[in-house]
Amino acid sequence: MSEVEGATEGSMIGWRARLAESDLLYSFLHSPTAIISAVVTLVALSAAVFAPLIAPHNPFDLASIDLMDSLLPPAWLEGGSDAFLLGTDDQGRDVLSTILYGARISLLVGFLSVIFATVIGVVIGLIAGYAGGVTDAILMRIADVQLSFPAILIALLVDGVLRGLLSRDNYDQIAVYVLVLAIGLSFWVQYARTVRSLVMIERTKEYVQAGQVIGLSTGTILFRHIMPNVLGPVLVIATIQLALAIITEATLSFLGVGVPPTSPSLGTLIRVGNDYLFSGEWWITIFPGAALVILVLAINLLGDWLRDALNPKLR
Amino acid sequence: MTILLDIDGLQVEFASRHGDVVAAKNVTLQLSAGEILGVVGESGAGKSTIGNAAMGLLERPGRVAGGTVTLEGRRIDNLADEEMRKLRGTRISMIFQDPLTSLDPLRTIAEQLVTTIRTHLPLSETEARNRARRLLEQVGIPDPAARLDHYPHQFSGGMRQRVVIALALCAEPNVIIADEPTTALDVSIQAQILDLLRSLVKDSGAGMLIITHDMGVIAEIADRVAVMYRGEVVEVGRTQKILGNPDHAYTRSLISAVPRSDVKLDRFPLVEHIEAAGARGQLDLKTHWLGQTRNYERVEGPLLSVRDLQLIFRTGSLFGGGQHEVRAVDGVSFDINNGETFGLVGESGSGKSTVARLITGIYRPNAGQIQFAGADLTKLATRAELNRYRRQMQMIFQDPYSSVNPRMKVRDIVAEPIRFHRLSNSRDETRRIVDDLLDHVGLGKRAASKYPHEFSGGQRQRISIARALATRPRFLICDEPTSALDVSIQAQVLNLLKDLQAELGLTMLFISHDLPVIRQMCDRVAVMRHGKILEIAESETLFERPQHDYTRHLLHLMPKMTTASAEGSRVSL
Repeated sequence: MSEVEGATEGSMIGWRARLAESDLLYSFLHSPTAIISAVVTLVALSAAVFAPLIAPHNPFDLASIDLMDSLLPPAWLEGGSDAFLLGTDDQGRDVLSTILYGARISLLVGFLSVIFATVIGVVIGLIAGYAGGVTDAILMRIADVQLSFPAILIALLVDGVLRGLLSRDNYDQIAVYVLVLAIGLSFWVQYARTVRSLVMIERTKEYVQAGQVIGLSTGTILFRHIMPNVLGPVLVIATIQLALAIITEATLSFLGVGVPPTSPSLGTLIRVGNDYLFSGEWWITIFPGAALVILVLAINLLGDWLRDALNPKLR
Repeated sequence: MTILLDIDGLQVEFASRHGDVVAAKNVTLQLSAGEILGVVGESGAGKSTIGNAAMGLLERPGRVAGGTVTLEGRRIDNLADEEMRKLRGTRISMIFQDPLTSLDPLRTIAEQLVTTIRTHLPLSETEARNRARRLLEQVGIPDPAARLDHYPHQFSGGMRQRVVIALALCAEPNVIIADEPTTALDVSIQAQILDLLRSLVKDSGAGMLIITHDMGVIAEIADRVAVMYRGEVVEVGRTQKILGNPDHAYTRSLISAVPRSDVKLDRFPLVEHIEAAGARGQLDLKTHWLGQTRNYERVEGPLLSVRDLQLIFRTGSLFGGGQHEVRAVDGVSFDINNGETFGLVGESGSGKSTVARLITGIYRPNAGQIQFAGADLTKLATRAELNRYRRQMQMIFQDPYSSVNPRMKVRDIVAEPIRFHRLSNSRDETRRIVDDLLDHVGLGKRAASKYPHEFSGGQRQRISIARALATRPRFLICDEPTSALDVSIQAQVLNLLKDLQAELGLTMLFISHDLPVIRQMCDRVAVMRHGKILEIAESETLFERPQHDYTRHLLHLMPKMTTASAEGSRVSL
């Protein structure tokens, strides 16, 4: 037993030493953009995760909302209240708190849909690239067809069908998952194509043949041997698509086919505030908008850095 | 004789995150007019660095950290880029390794030659074109006037390298640096190009620095040779002296590692100097897990018997049209007896590797039988049955950089076959077996917790061998196992294979394009061409009395180290 523990410890040390040695960490520490965007992303992530702990108000607790507080400006403007740092919306909810809770929904949808798209895309890409021939042709034609639909169209389609099938209350409960399904379905193609082309290179390598000579099953070769060797670029795509998924979610919610206003995401908040933009209550829409821009920009910059750092040709 | 190029105490360093790497250490060389100076060494010895530094073509982060380079009495290592550019091509020029990438595919030969000529010489368009035609004639391209307007892809590899040489000669440089000029070419083309280079130097009185890893090329062409080892020139002298009676221990081991084509030796002597291979762990094979390879049921007659094997590759798209058939393997039959090493030799594209992949089941044949240990592998239907026989045969691959999974630790790479075939009873036992195997191939137990990228090509090939042994095979297929390795490493790996075969009583199928290697390794040999076997004979018989014309042709082209030292001192080992 002690020997096994020793081994784990050894590999931990090895892991840390490798990280310290790695070009990735070196590149990270020498890129101010990467550090800043990583910090911003981390702050946004923890703010969203710990929203119930740090938000000054709970915007979904109807008991704590007072309509008398509605449409208050930010605290530093005339008529503002110290209790509502970024002001309040039309229902008297604290804008800062709704942003924190909204970012939670936005990030949740973003992560889940990217994970969903990654799983589908990687599996299809692996199969298409390894099997080749007819299987590959069929899968890639499906991907081509998929690519000719814009994400919003797919989302509207899924949304419309499910809305027709479910009652209003039921629908609101699963609205988040409908978004995940819709965005995931429109995002998997890029993974599938990338993974397929990488697999076509990897499958000719001799370690794959060595696995065949040992007698390993196709599944073992695909998932144990080939998959780890193609995941680098997948990570890069996933980071960049996370930002894209958040934007798509915001777009759908802004158009009114996303999450309902009772549990708003950043996109819903922007839409709600949009109605008041020209009547003077600009803070309701500007602050969630700024939050969205900063979040997406940080994730995008992080993804760009990762792409360059993992690409030896650009180094 | 006038000294054209004088390199004195040259020091080249590459800055990196982990401190400066010294690529050339205090290198001193002189090149005289009308002389061919060979620079020989293995990969990483710094031989190309010397050529690039002399040309002022060092890529960042490399830099000349000390010493001087003097060209025809003028110091050139401290020249500004623009002045150096004017010298390049006129006084000093270079021939590169790969004729495929050193020509611009979008411009005709004439355009490329004329541009180069007019950059350096004050000639009119017509005069330059005439000169280009004469140059092509000089480098032995037939019908030069017509060929001038062809594009690079319309030339064969050998002809393309002639064009590259013509480009280097455009402005009659006095110093030509040729960096591995024949490495990308077939043996027969190599001989022609070397002849051409020699006659050019003789006619023009220029000096040539030829950089190569191949002792055969040196023996063929160089007047003097400098041997490089880890950035240093360890020995300089006349070629015959160096090849016949080297002073430095490294040179001796390098020469002894070159497989001899004239006689079969038991082992390669003197190769321990080169890469610290680590002592091989000795195992008591009577009791050890690995020793149980000897316990397979005995086979009467040949262990492997291949009959009328055929594989047809069909190309063409899914949606019909333009289907082509390629008979990669066409009616191949041979037997391999228990305990022997059977060689399969042929040029690239002859189908020899495909035969190996048919035997191991990576490809399925269109027709024919593969009898192994009494069973016809082509008739086995279930996975379980197939795996029973697969376990008994393993394969070692050509490319040590792609044959091990870079994302797995060495321990897991070697343990995978043991786990898959359930050859051990516990995790601890697997662990011990892997350690022993790594020891046994000369890597040492500590290799287990590392990743493949921490090892050199030769060491990776040892990992590959350990993995192959991990199923306790009795039949080992080696597909060009050393063609990607330096000669000294090749000698070590071949020695290891010979030792393992003797200890474990392995039967081997050894595939190679390299005839001297085949002679050193094999008992019987089959010669393949265009998917067919032309001749099967005992190895010694084949080399002494080849029957087929093609075999004679191959043997004729085989590089012979001894020709250079024929006068007087033979290579003594």
